[in-house]
Amino acid sequence: MDGPIYLLGLLFQSIFVENFLLSNFLGLCTYLACSTRLKTANGLGLAVVFVMTISGMLNWVVHNFVTGPEALSWLSSFGVDGSKIDLSFLEFLLFICVIASFTQITEIVIDTRFPRLYRSLGLYLPLVSVNCAILGASLFAKTRELSFIPNLVYVFGSSLGWWLAIGLMAAIREKLSYSNPPKGLEGMGITFIMTGIISLGFMGFMGMRLAGPTKLGREKKSVPVHGRGIAECPGKSNLGI
Amino acid sequence: MFRYFVDQLFEKNQVLVAILGICSVLGVTTRLSIALTMGLSVIFVTGFSSLFVSLLRRYTPESVRMITQLTIISLFVITVDQFLRAYFLPLSKVLSVFVGLIITNCLVMGRAEAMAKNNPPLPSFLDGIGAGVGYAIVLAIVGGIRELFGFGELFGYRVVPLSWYATSDHPDLYRNIGLMYIPPSAFFIIAMLIWAVNLYKARCERRR
Repeated sequence: MDGPIYLLGLLFQSIFVENFLLSNFLGLCTYLACSTRLKTANGLGLAVVFVMTISGMLNWVVHNFVTGPEALSWLSSFGVDGSKIDLSFLEFLLFICVIASFTQITEIVIDTRFPRLYRSLGLYLPLVSVNCAILGASLFAKTRELSFIPNLVYVFGSSLGWWLAIGLMAAIREKLSYSNPPKGLEGMGITFIMTGIISLGFMGFMGMRLAGPTKLGREKKSVPVHGRGIAECPGKSNLGI
Repeated sequence: MFRYFVDQLFEKNQVLVAILGICSVLGVTTRLSIALTMGLSVIFVTGFSSLFVSLLRRYTPESVRMITQLTIISLFVITVDQFLRAYFLPLSKVLSVFVGLIITNCLVMGRAEAMAKNNPPLPSFLDGIGAGVGYAIVLAIVGGIRELFGFGELFGYRVVPLSWYATSDHPDLYRNIGLMYIPPSAFFIIAMLIWAVNLYKARCERRR
């Protein structure tokens, strides 16, 4: 199951097929606020890749050794019967604390040790800690119940996908500033429409099933009774019709 | 006092004017019932987290402000999550991680930062509830449009009669719009709503 082809498939799937920004809608607030210039977008994207990958790893450890089902059974080596303790209700709290404290510590370390890096990356770190994509990555990875290495690949791929999306949008918005859309649509309105169109483009990846990484259970594919068109064939999503 | 509440509903609507809390607007609005559940959860969380952030505002050191706020917010989110799991299991399964993501919903953090941090408890509470209600209204509008045109139903009940639909005998009758069913439609609907609000505001200013 853990062959390199499977991992490659998982990476591809998390970057393109289930792009965090364009098909799961995570991290939109920061995306909308920071995508006016390509340089800013790249800085933020890099910070997200860094924080999301490492906090995803840390949260995997938290889930598997503290809050998951029967996760505390390692306590038995200290003579405590931990297999009956269920801490799953603490999961949200622990995840967000791990993310927030990790970003804060990184900020301090980078600020004192690498001042040059701080100038390009440090600005974005506080923004990143309240980015829903980071928490979302940990939560989505949890529902997939992956083992350590696939989990690492999954969160890394998701963060790359996020960077890709914000980079694309920033490049478009730089050009967009020379055009003039209808008055009321200027700024946010037109950005939403552009994002919608990019998202439609990414729907084209939907049909791909690479090395069979399991589909998320989030979207229930209930087909409308008399509907025709895309909704009936979610696997193909043939948008040319 | 009630200005705090009313202002948030339309004039300063967090989603359409301040563009905050967008993520979940798009993720959970395929069905009206899901959208409303999410709206109610957010009203609860913003209201009470604003209240408690405001109560603790004198005792919170500046340096750990963010983590304190996140902890307070996540306490209420956990309450909502456990409640939904206990009484509305199917709904909570559909919402899955989106309930957890209320923690990082910029709207909740935004209210804590902009209002509750510097204001007394009661105005902050009303402000939080108002922001939540404004958010819920937008969710309901988007969810309603998507369910009506995507499925021909509202709250799971059929609105567009079955006899209107195209069959193999009459292929030129009504059809559900496939676009409404897939995620990108939410972007377009929100864009249109923002456009409408901007036009309305521009008209108000011209009148003045």
